[in-house]
Amino acid sequence: MNIMTEQSLENAVGDKMNAKSNEVIKMRGDKVGVFYGEKQALFDVNLDVRQNQVTALIGPSGCGKSTFLRCLNRMNDTIDSARVTGKITLDEDDIYDKNIDVVELRARVGMVFQKPNPFPKSIYENVAYGPRIHGLAKRKSDMDQIVESSLKKAAIWNEVKDRLQEPGTGLSGGQQQRLCIARAIAVSPEVILMDEPCSALDPIATARVEELIDELRQNYTIVIVTHSMQQAARVSQRTAMFHLGYLVEEGATDKMFTNPDDKRTQDYITGRFG
Amino acid sequence: MGEHTVASFDEELGQISKLIRDMGDLAGSMVSGSTKALLNSDNALAQRVVSDDAIMDARQRELDDRAITLIAKRQPMANDLRAVVGSIRMAGDLERIGDLAKNIAKRVGTVGLSVTPRDLSHSIDAMAQLVLIQVQGVVEEYAAADAAALAKLRNEDERIDVKYTSVFRELLTYMMEDPRNITACTHLLFCAKNLERIGDHVTNIAENAYYVLTGQQLPANRPKQDETAMATSA
Repeated sequence: MNIMTEQSLENAVGDKMNAKSNEVIKMRGDKVGVFYGEKQALFDVNLDVRQNQVTALIGPSGCGKSTFLRCLNRMNDTIDSARVTGKITLDEDDIYDKNIDVVELRARVGMVFQKPNPFPKSIYENVAYGPRIHGLAKRKSDMDQIVESSLKKAAIWNEVKDRLQEPGTGLSGGQQQRLCIARAIAVSPEVILMDEPCSALDPIATARVEELIDELRQNYTIVIVTHSMQQAARVSQRTAMFHLGYLVEEGATDKMFTNPDDKRTQDYITGRFG
Repeated sequence: MGEHTVASFDEELGQISKLIRDMGDLAGSMVSGSTKALLNSDNALAQRVVSDDAIMDARQRELDDRAITLIAKRQPMANDLRAVVGSIRMAGDLERIGDLAKNIAKRVGTVGLSVTPRDLSHSIDAMAQLVLIQVQGVVEEYAAADAAALAKLRNEDERIDVKYTSVFRELLTYMMEDPRNITACTHLLFCAKNLERIGDHVTNIAENAYYVLTGQQLPANRPKQDETAMATSA
């Protein structure tokens, strides 16, 4: 119960701060294009990611939404043939600038993947790994503190507090995904990218993660790729619709799902293609 | 609008819009039947309108069932969502129109016993014609997906309100002329009021239909003219 009050206190403070920061642009994509070898996967995408809001990227398979998401923390760097054009900024800094330290960038822009992928280590170590390599904790007590608060923020502390030394892979799928979220939070990122975080989870685990996303929004900026239209409608404030590598439409989620402007958006969300 | 990837989704939406059309047609025939019965003192016709109301209620329940099942199964979005929710609301208004027509039909026996002044049945007839045009029009325009026509139709309700005011005044005059008219005229006044309310339900339907088609709400204020309040005080 203590956790709840602590969390709601945080949320209340967050709400006050958010009133002004709602329209702050945390990340901005400016004419972003992506090539895989000769093939162009993304064309001229201009998209703003607003601070303390959840931005959902939707669209049929192969539309470029995951490609765009992966540009935001330079995950595409890991693919040899991938080439990114245009400009992406984080707090006005060009993240593709030569002087940017990619490891540090990925600490600021964390990521949660489709399939929960905990390290084959203890629950504690899963969360402590990031802070350790980034040198965020000097003493063991500091690290304990980071691990506990990250697991609390990921709403999994109560379920694992008595088994921190057990392997993370021994948890259920939904718990593993929340552990991965705790791991992402542990390095105090500013933006969290989620690539279909619930597609491997059952409805109850999905509901827990969605609830968590809503809480995390108070302190982080979230970009989520999802194939579930209902999920996008439930968790996000802004929605961006991609199709064939182009950004078709971006706008307030409430409007996108009741009265979208673009016919392709309408057709996709109503199940007329895709 | 293209077809859904899942064909049965289209079928289910089609069944719902067919029910709206059926209910609309039935509402039209009930309104015309009840006023005809009233003006010609036709008890058999009045009886038919009363029994039609049971069909109307059954259609509404079927539409509710289908709409709720569709929402549960398909989680409709955007225009589909508006169509399903809008249908539920429009069916509610159509069902009320049925109730009001039934209420007119039920008065036929009572009014018929007394002598109704000729002029009066003429002006109620004129009012009923206006209402009937509105009821039939709203269903047709929705089926034709003509949003502009719906916005226009909604404003046409003003003519019914004006007509109602004049019927009200006429009835008042007849009652003052000869107190023996009071019973019949009071019933006729209720009938006129029912017709006026049917007009209001039509404007609700037009507003819902407009929202379903465009995703935009019509402005809240609509020209209104019910001067009966003033007439009473005068």
